[in-house]
Amino acid sequence: MQLKEYLLSLKKESPNLKVDRGGGMKVFVLAKHAADPESEIKVSSDGKNVETSGLIFDINDWDRYAIEEGIRIKEKIGGEVVVVGVGKNCDDTLRKCLAMGADRAIKIPVDTNDAYQIAELIKKAIEKEKFDLIIAGYMSQDMNYSLVGALLAGMLNLPFATAVTSLKIDGGKVVAVRELEGGYKEEVELQIPCLITVQSGINEPRYVSVMGIKRARTKEIREVKLELPPSAVNILKIYPPPIKLAEILTGDASQIAAKIVEIVKSRGLI
Amino acid sequence: MFKSTDFYCIDELLTEEERLIRNSVREFLEKEVVQLISEAWHKEEPLNFREIGKKFGKIGMLGTFIPEEYECPGMNYTSFGIICQEVERVDSALRSFVAVTSGLVMYPIWKYGSEEQRKKYLPKLARGEIIGCFGMTEPDVGSDPASMRTSAKKSGDGWILNGTKTWISEADIADIAVVWARDVDDGRIKGFIVEKGMQGFKQAAIVKKGSMRAGGVGELYLSNCRVPEENRLPDAVGLRTALSCLDQARFGIAWGAIGAAIDCYETALNYAKERRQFGAPIAAYQLIQAKLVDMLAEITKGQLIAWRLGRLMDVGKATPEQISLAKRNNVRVARFCARTAREILGANGISLDYSPIRHMANIESVYTYEGTDDIHTLILGRYITGIQAFRRELQL
Repeated sequence: MQLKEYLLSLKKESPNLKVDRGGGMKVFVLAKHAADPESEIKVSSDGKNVETSGLIFDINDWDRYAIEEGIRIKEKIGGEVVVVGVGKNCDDTLRKCLAMGADRAIKIPVDTNDAYQIAELIKKAIEKEKFDLIIAGYMSQDMNYSLVGALLAGMLNLPFATAVTSLKIDGGKVVAVRELEGGYKEEVELQIPCLITVQSGINEPRYVSVMGIKRARTKEIREVKLELPPSAVNILKIYPPPIKLAEILTGDASQIAAKIVEIVKSRGLI
Repeated sequence: MFKSTDFYCIDELLTEEERLIRNSVREFLEKEVVQLISEAWHKEEPLNFREIGKKFGKIGMLGTFIPEEYECPGMNYTSFGIICQEVERVDSALRSFVAVTSGLVMYPIWKYGSEEQRKKYLPKLARGEIIGCFGMTEPDVGSDPASMRTSAKKSGDGWILNGTKTWISEADIADIAVVWARDVDDGRIKGFIVEKGMQGFKQAAIVKKGSMRAGGVGELYLSNCRVPEENRLPDAVGLRTALSCLDQARFGIAWGAIGAAIDCYETALNYAKERRQFGAPIAAYQLIQAKLVDMLAEITKGQLIAWRLGRLMDVGKATPEQISLAKRNNVRVARFCARTAREILGANGISLDYSPIRHMANIESVYTYEGTDDIHTLILGRYITGIQAFRRELQL
């Protein structure tokens, strides 16, 4: 099957996904309210979670680029930007996206870090909406799965591209440049509707302005209550990285040299 | 992102919007401004406020509490305080710029200016397109502004101003100066908007400062300076109007000084946990812990004062005395924390590679300007006793 036929077949299988660009693009952006990896991270007493006290939460860094990209598309060709967040306490991140320029938000007040569950929840919350493009961050700064975007595309039968570093809307198509290993690039063409995950650096996200925060006051955050779907993954344990020890050697050159020999020998290297 | 000292969960007392403003300002400063400070301070080459001011304006950091009808953000005073705290965590000169622009330049134009003046100047000041300064202090007149010597004489359809203003933040680069002068005919203090380039108006920088070296301070010279009547603030008559502007800026300082204190405390805490002496991190020793705890306690008290004052300002109920107490207390907190942090850092504490020595030098300016610590003590003394102790009738 040729790609075009394949994409058309996908569309047939997804009757709810209608291309609607009468007033520009309708873009959905996924934004996670995620723990900052530079905050103080402690494993919880059950050994399977991370203590949330002491963590700083903010919009996932990759999602900042995703929301910026969505807003830029709207500013260029018109349309609507809808931001979607999962989590009971994701309001700050949704409000931030609204203050940056998103038009409305959908909040799914369920707490989970399981990528499959998150994708399933988002699918249920948006499957009745019309959209042209879904943009997600390449990965989340806390769990690092890089899965939600791809899983959601699969669940919605959408073509998708990951790690996108530049994006062009060309009629009914999205032309995306993907980042490959070793600095290589790949240019791909996707039929709309489609999903992309963006790499950091695709744009320079704007700062939230006080005026934007005020404008966001009247924008809607709609809550969609959903049951937590079953999870396929059972976390056995979470543990901290090994502590790397450093030692500053003191003494004169011959004493330091002798100590180095001793250390290297003790590691079985000589 | 940096998690600020918040021992009493003051964050929970802020609204979602206020937290968002704080985070946005913090993010912007960490990415674009923090790295410029040390070098600017070391070389006494003030930050480029023409460039930074526009960025501040885009985020809504200037004239935050002035209404939207003048193309200003139209937020509350607490938001203005939060912005001051974030910028002063980086450097007091940044807070000077924000508080002077908002409280000493935009506020008098908004409160005492004509509708034409508001429309002409406020949008540009809010966007950072023009820079303003506030001319009150004179070489011989500091704490006692009622003795002001700068004169204004009505002449035809304008005014002739004569006098010198000194220790004026951003004096040398300002496009406009809100200048206070005594009308020689009725003896009352009046406010004028003097524009750069007006005949008889000169501006100069003061250099070789030991404080606020990342910002500009200077002098204004008015030599038969001709100012049209349309540049007089019509409702700014009497010293009280000039002093009401200071209340705005003092409020900004009450919040800002805690920002400097927090930066000193965080720097000292991190240092103490890493610096090892006598076989253990110095944070393990009781003397160091006592210093850190004193800093935390003072900061927490200062945060609560700032927060409560913000809420009083938001509903228009804060009195000048309440503002005085907050300015006096919180600058003392910053001064104490800067010096204590410097001590904990030992010899490294005198290096500009760490922030406390810079804050310590800056805070000396803050301790003195916008009403010295002593003057605020007397303002409060007068309030609680009903007896003024500023002046005596001495026969010398």
